[in-house]
Amino acid sequence: MNKLSLMGLFGLVIRRDLMLAMRRRADVLTTLIFFVIVVSLFPLAVGSEMDMLRKMAPGVVWVAALLASMLSLGRMFSADYLDGTLEQMLLVPQSLSILVLGKIAAHWMLSGLPLVLVAPVLGLQFDMSGQALLILVLSLLLGTPVLSMIGAFGAALTLGLRGGGVLVSLLVLPLCIPVLIFGTGAVIAVTSGVSPASNLSLLGAFLLMSLLFAPWVSAQALRISME
Amino acid sequence: MAINWFKYAAPSSFYGLAGKLVPWFAWPAAILFCVGIYIGFFVAPTDAVQSEAYRIIFIHVPASILSMFIYLIMAGYAALGLIFNTRLSSMMATSLAPTGALFAFISLWTGALWGKPMWGAWWVWDARLTSELILLFLYLGFISLQASIEDPRRADRAGALLAIVGSVNVPIIYFSVKWWNTLHQGSTVKLSGTSMHISMQQAMFTMFAALWLYAIAISLLRVRSIILERERNSQWVTEIVEMKQ
Repeated sequence: MNKLSLMGLFGLVIRRDLMLAMRRRADVLTTLIFFVIVVSLFPLAVGSEMDMLRKMAPGVVWVAALLASMLSLGRMFSADYLDGTLEQMLLVPQSLSILVLGKIAAHWMLSGLPLVLVAPVLGLQFDMSGQALLILVLSLLLGTPVLSMIGAFGAALTLGLRGGGVLVSLLVLPLCIPVLIFGTGAVIAVTSGVSPASNLSLLGAFLLMSLLFAPWVSAQALRISME
Repeated sequence: MAINWFKYAAPSSFYGLAGKLVPWFAWPAAILFCVGIYIGFFVAPTDAVQSEAYRIIFIHVPASILSMFIYLIMAGYAALGLIFNTRLSSMMATSLAPTGALFAFISLWTGALWGKPMWGAWWVWDARLTSELILLFLYLGFISLQASIEDPRRADRAGALLAIVGSVNVPIIYFSVKWWNTLHQGSTVKLSGTSMHISMQQAMFTMFAALWLYAIAISLLRVRSIILERERNSQWVTEIVEMKQ
């Protein structure tokens, strides 16, 4: 068999994971519905004063996005682990980092991207301005891939453990705090009349840094877990 | 004379050495602790601004410094264990984690006790408080990851990877919390604003040394238990147990 190019491998893994997910659409939808429900709970809990809601909106949307992406982390490797596919993937003479990156990209398309697309609608519930909505979407677009990448590391470490679902949140959430801070910071900046450029640049820096390290570290974590 | 540097890298020989070292750290720790408490309560003068409440810093400051320092040492040991595959290094990392978490907790708790009379609130979202809290979360994550993995080798290596990623993240978290904080509120009371009285410094450094020695002693004690637990099926452990009986 001829050796795949890195891009070929990357594309192959994404296509496979997307196809598998399309066969079970309900899983993708539950994450999205969870996100919508959590965001909608906040006005019910804290009251419907528009001023307060407008202030809270970026934080609420971001925290809900963080929780929703935790929810779907279990699926990233566990199905492949249970049916033995993951073991075969580790034996393949291809770059495991690229393979993991493909899985991360597929995971983001299935759990991160839908959140980004729904976020503006939820922002309208909180009476956010058009400009703030735009920045919210931008910050989520830069930030959610980072959440998927940090999440992949946690999911790889806790593979096949008892109570892995809760444990992975415990490991991953503290590491996600910088993304949360600058994601909400960008929206807060624009609503208070300051340029959000610095926050967005920092989010972009996190994205590049985690693109560089996360696939490799997650691949190492997978190797440790699969021994 | 050729010295075998790696002799004590073997858990079996380190077990004995650790046992001999523990009193050498534990006793000075106890003595310095008493001296530090004495200077702190009876020699150091009352602060002009903060009156008596400032005395909590004699435990608070050393505990917070050590909680951060121990995380780095723990990550260092974990990295050594991962890279060179030395079992003892990983065991040291495991034995340091609860002490580090304890110091992080003490530092938060005493900080709250100090904050109530000074700031009028048990908790303020100050940059240092927040990053200390996140450090506690990182410790708890490390401990619970290792606790939920049955196989000790996998627990060591998974924990090591987590500790290394965590220590890379610690400065990022610290600075992001700091910038976030400046967005929200102005500067708070700074301890370093006034020059400290010499006896206050003495008390603080004595307490710092005491807690440091305590940390070494307790982690050596803990690593002895870990060694015994992991090596329980080996020849030398059986011999020790037989000798004790």
